[in-house]
Amino acid sequence: MKELSELNLPENLKYSDDHEWARVDGDVVTIGIDDYAQDQLGEVVFVEVPEIGDTFSKGDQFGTVESVKAVSEIYTPVSGKIFAVNDSLAEAPELINNSPYEDGWIIKIKADNLSELDNLKDKASYFQMLKG
Amino acid sequence: MRYLPHTDQDIKEMLAKTGYNSLDDLFPTIPKSYRVKKEMCLPQPLTEWELNAHMAELSSKNASTSSHKVFIGAGSYPHHIPSIIPYLISRSEFMTAYTPYQPEISQGTLQGIYEFQTMITELLGTEVATASHYDCGTALSEALMIALRKKKKQNKVAISSLVHPHHRQIVKTYLEPAGYQMVELPSKPDGTTDLSPLDTMDDIAAVAVQSPNFFGCIENLGKVKEIATKKNIFFITSFTEVLAYGLLKNPGHFGVDIVAGEGQSLGIAQSFGGPGLGIMTSSKQYVRDLPGRLVGRTKDRRGEDGFVLTLSTREQHIKREKASSNICSNNGLNAMTAAMYMATLGKIGIRKIAQTNHDKAMFLKTKLEETGFKVPFATPFFNEFVVKAPDGFEAKRESVKKRGIVAGLAIEKYYPTLKNHYLFCATEVFSKDDIEMLARELK
Amino acid sequence: MEEHIANTCRGGVQKCHNAHQTATSGLIFKESFLWEKSREGRCAVSIPAQDVEESLLDPELTSDPPELPQLSEMDVVRHYTRLSQWNFGVDSGMYPLGSCTMKYNPKTNEVQAARPGFAGAHPLLDEDLCQGALEMIYNLEQYLAEITGMEAVTLQPAAGAHGELAGMLAIHAYHAKMGHQRSKIIIPDTAHGTNPASATLCGYESINIHSGEDGILTPEAVAAVMDEETAGIMITNPNTLGLFEENIKEIADIVHAKGGLVYGDGANMNAIMGIVKPGDLGIDVIHLNLHKTFSTPHGGGGPGSGPIAVVKALEPFLPVPRVQKKDDRYTLVYDKPDSMGRMLTFHGHFGIMVRAYSYILTMGAKGLTDVSKLAVLNANYIKECLREDLHLPYDRPCMHECVFTDKFQADNGVSTLDMAKRIMDYGFHPPTVYFPLVVHGAIMIEPTETESKETIDQFIGAFKSIVQEAKENPEILKSAPHLAKLSRLDEVSAARKPVLRG
Repeated sequence: MKELSELNLPENLKYSDDHEWARVDGDVVTIGIDDYAQDQLGEVVFVEVPEIGDTFSKGDQFGTVESVKAVSEIYTPVSGKIFAVNDSLAEAPELINNSPYEDGWIIKIKADNLSELDNLKDKASYFQMLKG
Repeated sequence: MRYLPHTDQDIKEMLAKTGYNSLDDLFPTIPKSYRVKKEMCLPQPLTEWELNAHMAELSSKNASTSSHKVFIGAGSYPHHIPSIIPYLISRSEFMTAYTPYQPEISQGTLQGIYEFQTMITELLGTEVATASHYDCGTALSEALMIALRKKKKQNKVAISSLVHPHHRQIVKTYLEPAGYQMVELPSKPDGTTDLSPLDTMDDIAAVAVQSPNFFGCIENLGKVKEIATKKNIFFITSFTEVLAYGLLKNPGHFGVDIVAGEGQSLGIAQSFGGPGLGIMTSSKQYVRDLPGRLVGRTKDRRGEDGFVLTLSTREQHIKREKASSNICSNNGLNAMTAAMYMATLGKIGIRKIAQTNHDKAMFLKTKLEETGFKVPFATPFFNEFVVKAPDGFEAKRESVKKRGIVAGLAIEKYYPTLKNHYLFCATEVFSKDDIEMLARELK
Repeated sequence: MEEHIANTCRGGVQKCHNAHQTATSGLIFKESFLWEKSREGRCAVSIPAQDVEESLLDPELTSDPPELPQLSEMDVVRHYTRLSQWNFGVDSGMYPLGSCTMKYNPKTNEVQAARPGFAGAHPLLDEDLCQGALEMIYNLEQYLAEITGMEAVTLQPAAGAHGELAGMLAIHAYHAKMGHQRSKIIIPDTAHGTNPASATLCGYESINIHSGEDGILTPEAVAAVMDEETAGIMITNPNTLGLFEENIKEIADIVHAKGGLVYGDGANMNAIMGIVKPGDLGIDVIHLNLHKTFSTPHGGGGPGSGPIAVVKALEPFLPVPRVQKKDDRYTLVYDKPDSMGRMLTFHGHFGIMVRAYSYILTMGAKGLTDVSKLAVLNANYIKECLREDLHLPYDRPCMHECVFTDKFQADNGVSTLDMAKRIMDYGFHPPTVYFPLVVHGAIMIEPTETESKETIDQFIGAFKSIVQEAKENPEILKSAPHLAKLSRLDEVSAARKPVLRG
């Protein structure tokens, strides 16, 4: 497992306490799990994603990420309607490990209210939380 | 005691190492007041020979296929079990192993179960099969629960009243505490399920039909599929006599979503009803929803082919309260038995034995009709069927019991309107003479 | 010819020099799939004579025969003989899987279960034709009630998890009868995964509580969450750390005071037979694993048998039918209006019950008590002998199993998994690893009473030598096993691209 100093946590993203990241583009928010989460989980073998058009409220579980011996639930930090899901994960779940912020994104959600993202952490405070 | 290897000297040395004075002192964390004060009240221990005598006596108080001709199926079928089956399955490497969690030293169980999964899906025309369930009734209950979990908005399932009555009872036991409901579909005069009430049911997650059904009749699964597709609900089938699919079009042919079946006929002793073999198989899309273990193919570090238990994140030891089922121990050794049996019969044997079952049952039907029995349902059957007995049959049935014949099963207790109706079964174990003797005795 | 031999056999490559290493490598055969051996026209079964007329079904109903492999009898025998040789069973060697009670499976039990009067009995026989089977069921229920100190037993559940479900359904039915269904159940963090999964099936939400610092539950932790919406608690005693829950009675009192019930997971009954009775501890319902405590074989994953024993207040809720004795006749009783219903198609795993019944009759009361004492002695002996070598997270007297961790080996980069794989090379089945979940890197050893001091000493020696290897040559552990048929398998690929049939 990685040392905290080895983690890749891009500056331009927001992080949740449950180790999801969010990237805002207009009213669309892209969500995935961060380097810390993928590293803890180990080699990902399956990602369960919602269907396009499903709606979720902030804090709802929208899917799961599985390794051989563990299942991790993923929660949306923002309410809204699913706009796109990453279909490549079905064939290549390892994208979550190899490219958590780019090819390994999980969903894009059309946000009802972007201000819900305000209490997510920036890199510095998220890193502080991991350090405990 | 021959199972306990410790000598007095061993015990002395081991106690010394652990710092206790006596075996009784080994439980310091159990408060004295909880300790059992007097010896348990159980029979005095028996020597092996005394045990033999006792068990011989007990077992002799049962009618068995070797002492009686039992013309009953209804979920448990008498079939010939080739000698190699008990011989091979008794190999202690199979019998005394645990669940294959350490694949490097469990490849025998793993390849055996992988072959079972393969042959069962071939037999039933499906794509994936689990490593087994307890029996058909519990597998059917879990199949219905899958449908209810997938169709979150519905909390009801429709189930044919011609599904084995005990299976319906199990389904009720499983579903009701979870807040689900089952609605029964009535039967038609031809002995098959009346599907018409489905037209007005808009809130169901699944329809379940057994074929051949409890009356032995072969259901029109194509029709069920049509309705299930139209209503966008799960199509689930079950069966109690798996050998029927040596002859009949299999559930996969009809596009079934999930199949729950009983595999006892595949070389497994009847054993007063258990352990049997729950079969659970489906199309590929539900693989992550199936309860219980699955064996998958992979490679080891040296690149050799091998097998592991896989997709185990579905299971209780990882998902705990969110698991798709609580099943842990299954009926794996019986799945292995079934695989051995399928390999022994092969393509030729299973067809011939299935055809023989049907021939014997047809012959029995003809003979019973000659003796005054009526056959109320005209629908084709595999190896069992319902008859209406002539007056005075019950007394006759009692008297032929004394001659070692068990003439059918009264079904009135399951279907109160069917007074004097009996379910009869004939398989390859009955000779022409046996059947003629039955007919003669019943005259 | 030589090439052919090289292809079909993989001989031992590593000689054993270590005194504790009981394993060597013999001739291990390759064996292809059944269908690869198939040849058109072969058949391994004796086909019954055609003594009645053939009767063809409507071709609309039938199809071509299924493509099952076509083999001779010898093909089948050799196939399964070779497969069996790739397996490790209790009869092969010590199998110290914690929580699984892999004791010796007596062979006389197999003989008894195979008697035609048992193996060939139809489950729906008229009662006068199955008196022997009903008597056996009745007697076994009585014996298990005595062993657990409970009022009534049902043998219907098919396995431990099925027994748990039956137990939960009894609790569910009880609360329904009381007029107020409850919504939650308390489950300690040391519980088997089947506990929360069974509770969920009854619609109960699991309330997880932590065990105390010494590995056992405190009454305070239970009192803090127990309320009148809570159906009860599921508790394993001895718990999965191998420790006796000393506060069990106080905990039961707290739960009972709020109208709840106490479910006991009897998976670890092997430690306490004739020592304490769950019925005396305030437990209301407990399941037993006949395939653990009562010596029936595990069969590579089942079938097992998971009876439940209950106090008097819960008897009306047991599954039907019940076996009743009246004037030396045994009858099946269905008329139980409060029953949870039916759990299994017929009478439970009867064949497994016959084996357990034979075991109890062979052992007697003193024998079963000795079983528990010696099981606990063996576990404590291993704990004492290995305490310098492996880290002991809870240093308390253990019951029939002991839990270590890989903490001492971590500095060498050696994990629990590496040690588990390495012990195969020494001729032992690995202990249970990474369970219970509350212990990081857990190694859970349950020797059972049927292992002798010599075998246990050999096992201890093997572990000590592995600990030494971890310091001197960790690579040999990380690449273990070396003598098994296969090396470590790629579980990631298996799960990413499942291949589940040939």
